[in-house]
Amino acid sequence: MLTIDQATHDAIIAHARRDHPDEACGIVAGPIGSDVPARLVPMLNAAMSPTFYEFDSADLLQLYRDMDDRDEEPVVIYHSHTATEAYPSRTDVNLAGEPGAHYVLVSTRDGAHESGPVDFRSYRIVDGEVAEEEVRVVEGYADDTADEESTQQKAEH
Amino acid sequence: MAIQVRIPTILRTYTDGERVVEGSGSTVTELIDQLEADHAGIKERLIENGEARRFVNIYVNDEDIRFTGNLDTTVADGDTVVILPAVAGGARSSS
Repeated sequence: MLTIDQATHDAIIAHARRDHPDEACGIVAGPIGSDVPARLVPMLNAAMSPTFYEFDSADLLQLYRDMDDRDEEPVVIYHSHTATEAYPSRTDVNLAGEPGAHYVLVSTRDGAHESGPVDFRSYRIVDGEVAEEEVRVVEGYADDTADEESTQQKAEH
Repeated sequence: MAIQVRIPTILRTYTDGERVVEGSGSTVTELIDQLEADHAGIKERLIENGEARRFVNIYVNDEDIRFTGNLDTTVADGDTVVILPAVAGGARSSS
């Protein structure tokens, strides 16, 4: 399951809408091992294409250097499909290089780039196998923890 | 002194989980051959038909080898080599 805060979730959708009809792409970094997508990093789609995305090679190196310096890893890797559903294409599967990441796909087809609900789905892609997972949107990670604690306390009482 | 090579997560299965390994050689080709000797199987993930794979980025001292002579790029003790899988994909069906 991917747990992501509302602001980051909304910012990913805004990025996808902004770049439509080209595919938008980026990552959300988080502390290593935390599984918390904490720092949104929208990336330039060097391919500038409606059917392909690729991080610029120099940007990629800088991104990984920054994450190293901050003890972060890519928790979420996201991109948009602008004319097809929010499901990994064969290309997405073949090129998925971060087995620990949540691969988020957003679809802006059918006018979703302007208004209305946007498909926002998450997958694990490991060794060519795709597994969709639940997406849980929370107000914030601190609140989320508090909620879970209160639920737990209720359960105990 | 040796050449420091940073290994991405997806290739650490070849390096017993090590993030950084040491290598030697005078070109990237030689370096990769020497990595293969220590970490069998890694070469095939980096090279295809004698060329660096399209969706693997190799940097020598922060320079992408595509701009410095590809696999013929020279390396020397003290250099840092970074290997990163491209972050790429998209709706297009061919890759």
